[in-house]
Amino acid sequence: MTSEYHTAVGADGARGDGRADGRVPAQVTRALTEVDERFGTASFLRRTLNKVFPDHWSFMLGEIALYSFVILLLSGTFLTFFFRPSQQEVIYNGSYTPLRGIQMTEAFDSTLRLSFDVRGGLLMRQIHHWAALLFVAAIIAHMCRIFFTGAFRRPRETNWLIGFTLMTLALLEGFAGYSLPDDLLSGTGLRIAYGVAESIPIVGTYVAEFLFGGQFPGTDLIPRLYVVHILLIPGLLLALISAHMMIMWHQKHTQWPGKHRTNDNVVGAPFFPAFMAKTGGFFFSVFAVTVLLAAFFQINPVWLYGPYDPTQVSAGSQPDFYIGWLEGALRMMPNPETNIAGHTISWNVFVPAVLIPGLFFTAMAIYPALEAWVTGDREIHNVCDRPRNRPGRTGLGVMMISYFAIMLLAGANDLISVHFDISLYTTTWIFRIAFLVVPPLAFLVTRRICIGLQRHDLRTAQHGYETGRIVMLPHGEFMEVESQLPDEEVARMGLEYRQGPAPELPPPVDEHGVRAPHTRNPLLKVRRALGTLLYEPELPEAREAARHELPAHGVRGELPSGEDREEAEPSRRG
Amino acid sequence: MRVRPLRIRVRHRRLAGFVVLSAALFAVGTGYGLATEHTGAAAAGDPSAQIAQGRALFLQGCASCHGKAAEGTANAPSLIGVGAAAVDFQVSTGRMPLAQQGAQAPAKRPRYTQEQIEALAAYVASLGPGPAIPGKEQYTPPKNADLAFGGTLFRTNCSACHNFTGEGGALAYGKKAPPLTHATDRQIYEAMLTGPGTMPVFSDAQLTPQEKQDIIAYINAVRAVPDPGGFNLGRLGPVTEGLVAWLIGMAVLAVVAMWIGARAKRAQ
Repeated sequence: MTSEYHTAVGADGARGDGRADGRVPAQVTRALTEVDERFGTASFLRRTLNKVFPDHWSFMLGEIALYSFVILLLSGTFLTFFFRPSQQEVIYNGSYTPLRGIQMTEAFDSTLRLSFDVRGGLLMRQIHHWAALLFVAAIIAHMCRIFFTGAFRRPRETNWLIGFTLMTLALLEGFAGYSLPDDLLSGTGLRIAYGVAESIPIVGTYVAEFLFGGQFPGTDLIPRLYVVHILLIPGLLLALISAHMMIMWHQKHTQWPGKHRTNDNVVGAPFFPAFMAKTGGFFFSVFAVTVLLAAFFQINPVWLYGPYDPTQVSAGSQPDFYIGWLEGALRMMPNPETNIAGHTISWNVFVPAVLIPGLFFTAMAIYPALEAWVTGDREIHNVCDRPRNRPGRTGLGVMMISYFAIMLLAGANDLISVHFDISLYTTTWIFRIAFLVVPPLAFLVTRRICIGLQRHDLRTAQHGYETGRIVMLPHGEFMEVESQLPDEEVARMGLEYRQGPAPELPPPVDEHGVRAPHTRNPLLKVRRALGTLLYEPELPEAREAARHELPAHGVRGELPSGEDREEAEPSRRG
Repeated sequence: MRVRPLRIRVRHRRLAGFVVLSAALFAVGTGYGLATEHTGAAAAGDPSAQIAQGRALFLQGCASCHGKAAEGTANAPSLIGVGAAAVDFQVSTGRMPLAQQGAQAPAKRPRYTQEQIEALAAYVASLGPGPAIPGKEQYTPPKNADLAFGGTLFRTNCSACHNFTGEGGALAYGKKAPPLTHATDRQIYEAMLTGPGTMPVFSDAQLTPQEKQDIIAYINAVRAVPDPGGFNLGRLGPVTEGLVAWLIGMAVLAVVAMWIGARAKRAQ
């Protein structure tokens, strides 16, 4: 570790090193003391500024989401100055000629005005929309990072649930915002949402009419969505983001395995100045990328779509990507319906648009609890898993991603059909079959790749790098010189944090002929089966080897280059 | 040394045959071409001659599928009564003659000259009454065409298959609604008039000629509208936007994060 990196052992990484080498005027000192005596600012600041953050780029994905949210608040505030959330019909009279004289809602009219007649309005709209896409994309990427590194485990289960809620709210928020301009594209989406609400057995019709204020399209929806979009969900997001960050601050980041990194410390850079500079710079980078996208790539050109009219539907109507998977689920679903006593149950809508999302999202929400139950792991974990060291979990994650990817692609099946010259119905069948076949395959393949990578790590840790140099020993034996891996690199493999063995179970039948609970209780049987399938350590011998000192085979030689030596023995210069 | 001259002679003989054959083919082809062109020139003013030329072209290029009297076969529909406008649309967009049977005739480079197309159209029109090729004044939208109304008509009648901006879309069984990005005013008008492929016929009772002109005016206007927001991503909607968000936005930010997150090199 170099001098700018600190190891905070124990609680907070507060270090009592006095920085007051410069002369501070007495007045300033007195004033600050007055403040400190009242608010206890000094100790808070010291703790805060010296807080240690681990440094790895994947820990910054959540920050993209955070900063996109800031951009969304700023640009969204600008948009509210000009947008009128009303379904009152008006005649468009603005500067976009091809729509002049058309009857449309005030919402669409004001969106056009915002785009063409307000200075900077189109840029702000595009910033807002691109930031929204990046917001959701960053949340997804961040969630994947948390999942694949096992950073949701005790003590962070609550924060996983808060993050999951944030993700769900972000999807709703995005959909509400996408619907506000009341253009032909978003209106089509709302029509589908109405149908989805109607598909819920028994109460569906009432739910739909309750949400939309009567029959579709009605005149209440846009004003309602507006309140949801600019007040209700942003408020919830803000509150939950604060909770998310405060819990994260309190629990501290996880960190990758490495030398001197344990479950009881955090190794990284202090908040001030190193991390503050980094994260501040990153904020401006996110802002820059968003504005560049908005300046050079047109997004949601509502003037081309035209105002919403329930009698019109365009080819190529898709929602934004984060809802696109729902569209795909609807598109590839076969068409069963049941009629019971005059009441139709639309399985063709209910299953793909309500049941499947419900199942998938429930699975995501309860996954940490599920894994803890199956593995019986109640330990505190502050060191990340490398994805390869948990083949089962990594496989499950890739399986889930492939489910969503296939649904998302199915949502674009008409564009795929046109641009890749595949018959539309063929794409439907391809996606139906892929939906059933690909995810399990993805699980198996990923699991296998992870095991392979683990074996590779282990081999490298035990035998070191091959140098290609052959030496002859005095007694005539030839031997390849292998260079021992630096401790630092072996530590980074995190071999000691690999999946532990499943808990020892008592024999199925004891000496009195009584069957053990796990052979009788079906729940425990399920648990056992899942544990074997998902979390059984693949390489018992590897764990064993990792636990003891790793033996080096062959002749311990020198490192091939000076650079590696540098890595191996980091200087401790101040 | 004895053998070589013999070989050369043999090669000469072979080459000679090739040259003669090529010359003969060239002469026949050119002669035929000139003769046909001559007929065409003669036919321009003479309807019956034009029909005769059209029939000759039809028998050569179309009859194998559509039947010798255009009565249709198992492979292709009857052309009796489809009208000159249908022929002009199909042949001038290169859809006919087909390169091969398939779900849909793709547009390609037209195989016939305008004059030949007119002859073919005249022949098909002579078989039964159908919509005639519209005149320039008929399909060209006037300066004061009602763009906004044309847009409403377009969104009601056309965008369900051809997409919001006429970028085209998928239909059932391998068929597709083609993009309107390169269609001429006349072709759009003829398509509405004759309903090629899966497209319904929009007769003058459904869309008056003036309404058709408004639609054409709208299509032209939307094609000409510069994209004020920047690169239009193919005007394909949220799919390409999502791709850009991930492949450009998130990718760039991940690279920035790696750059920022990378440990500073130690001072040596």
